[in-house]
Amino acid sequence: MSQRNSTKMVPIPNDVIIPERDLGKKPVLDIRNLGIDFGGLTAVDEFTLAIGKTEIAGLIGPNGAGKTTIFNLLTNVYQPTRGSILLQGIDTKGMTTAQVNKLGIARTFQNIRLFGKMSVIDNVKVGLHNSIKCSALSSILHTYGYYKAEKAARNRCLELLDFMGMADMAQYQAGSLPYGAQRRLEIVRALATNPAIILLDEPAAGMNPSETAELMDHIRRIRDEFQIAVMLIEHDMNLVMGVCEGIAVVNYGKIIAKGTPEQICNNPAVIEAYLGKKGAEKNAAEG
Amino acid sequence: MRLWKSKTSRQNLITLASVMIVFSVFFVLNNNGVLSRSLSGQLIPICVYIIMALSLNLTVGILGELSLGHAGFMSVGAFSGVIAVSFLGNYIGNPILLMVVAIIIGGLLAALTGFLIGIPVLRLRGDYLAIVTLAFGEIIKNILNCLYITIDDAGHLHAAMFDSSSLPGKFIINGPQGAKIPARLSTFGLGFVLVMIVLIIIMNFVHSKEGRAIKAIRDNSIAAESVGLNITAYKMKAFVISAAMAGMAGVLFAMNYSAIEAKKFNFNTSISVLVMVVLGGMGNLRGSIIAAIILTVLPELLRGFDDYRMLIYALVLILVMVLGSNVRFQQFKISISKKMKGIFKRKEAASK
Repeated sequence: MSQRNSTKMVPIPNDVIIPERDLGKKPVLDIRNLGIDFGGLTAVDEFTLAIGKTEIAGLIGPNGAGKTTIFNLLTNVYQPTRGSILLQGIDTKGMTTAQVNKLGIARTFQNIRLFGKMSVIDNVKVGLHNSIKCSALSSILHTYGYYKAEKAARNRCLELLDFMGMADMAQYQAGSLPYGAQRRLEIVRALATNPAIILLDEPAAGMNPSETAELMDHIRRIRDEFQIAVMLIEHDMNLVMGVCEGIAVVNYGKIIAKGTPEQICNNPAVIEAYLGKKGAEKNAAEG
Repeated sequence: MRLWKSKTSRQNLITLASVMIVFSVFFVLNNNGVLSRSLSGQLIPICVYIIMALSLNLTVGILGELSLGHAGFMSVGAFSGVIAVSFLGNYIGNPILLMVVAIIIGGLLAALTGFLIGIPVLRLRGDYLAIVTLAFGEIIKNILNCLYITIDDAGHLHAAMFDSSSLPGKFIINGPQGAKIPARLSTFGLGFVLVMIVLIIIMNFVHSKEGRAIKAIRDNSIAAESVGLNITAYKMKAFVISAAMAGMAGVLFAMNYSAIEAKKFNFNTSISVLVMVVLGGMGNLRGSIIAAIILTVLPELLRGFDDYRMLIYALVLILVMVLGSNVRFQQFKISISKKMKGIFKRKEAASK
């Protein structure tokens, strides 16, 4: 495993832990007993988690464990059957996906969802949409205010693209970019909405080791420079153990372990979930 | 020259300038009597269909939703324009002012219709949306087909459905017999100005943050929602603007004749406008303009073929569509243009 995080995680009330530096600040996400049923199937149940204001949190688990469903619940794509989500202290119950985004959750998708026929910079400008101050009338008449707003938006987009090392691709068509660049563009677009927390759904899928290493660096820089929280779903354990400060492991829609990377690595329930019972015994025997 | 710097606004200016030049040429030719009578009679319909194609392109090409009821909005505009002219004719003496007011009223009523229809329709996607818009287009046609509106001597409007016997005064809209137009107010100049206004509005709209949002919704609505766009609101904006422009075109269209019937705005009209949009290229405004001009003039040019006119029209359409999407033909076109460039270069080199 590559370099481990050494953030000290401390417990707060309600059976959750957050990084020590975020103590005293309201957690960005406070999820309590979240659950959803699809017909008779319980996809997620008793999901309780808090994420500190500048925490990098990981959500891992075997395929079909309900990780993406949890992201969909957090962004109100699905309405939860039970439980509540407090986003910076505000209950998001009944809101639309767009409203939740305006309140501070941005996300990327497991199967990339870019605006394929638009240019890279236009993709980012769509992310900035709600912060561009320009009335519909002045957009139709192309007044001075329109040019001023567009120029400011363009500069901000180039800044954000430069942050992820993509400024030279600004005029390319988004759909024609290589896979790794498309994933990075999704992150830039999400950052453009000025979120308090960004949810990354398998950001390293399809990336080679050097791209993954670069991505880890980007994730840390996102936290440090924007001072926001990051929550990610990932199967690449090098990335998860390398950047995440707190990790939650889900299996069959329930959290089976929560803790720091060290605690998760040595947790027998986690090893069993990933390797099966026999595998776990074998693993223990091999030491 | 801030406008000239960015590529998109440069392209826009070129489009505007070429439309202005072509129209000015037609204007001069028409005033000097060079154009044949059948062609000069087509000038206002050309303007009408350019506006129709441009506005439908906003829905089909830029929003990406197939709408098959565009003639419905045109007819709402046309009939409300007729009512406005009959009603306001006593108050407004200036024919151009009267026409401008009628166009605005027609546009507003078509926009309102678009809004009302948009509420149920824009919840649907793809084929379903296409079929429901088709149905609404037919509903509008049938409502107008049995609508009676009269104006009495005191200048009050009276309306009834199905039965006209109780209505006092003169008919403005007489059910299936359609509407009598009090005066032919449409002029080519007015049509030209309207085309320019519509073109500028659509181009500016597409290159603003609203236009970007609409294109984003077309490309991926789930992602668009995740970055905070209210999808229904933006779809509605595009749909209503498109309907309003179709309504304005309808007023211009109606005021070019002495009478119009609701039957004229049937499914065929919607489809011919759609053909213009597809032929010109989805989302391509220049293409829509060119296709609208060609497809409006073509049936007139083919008059010499008498009975075979529409057959040849259809053949031309098939040929253009097939060639337009044929890869070999595209390559052939590119190689020809390269050769042409080569010839010019050689000539330049020789002259040096």
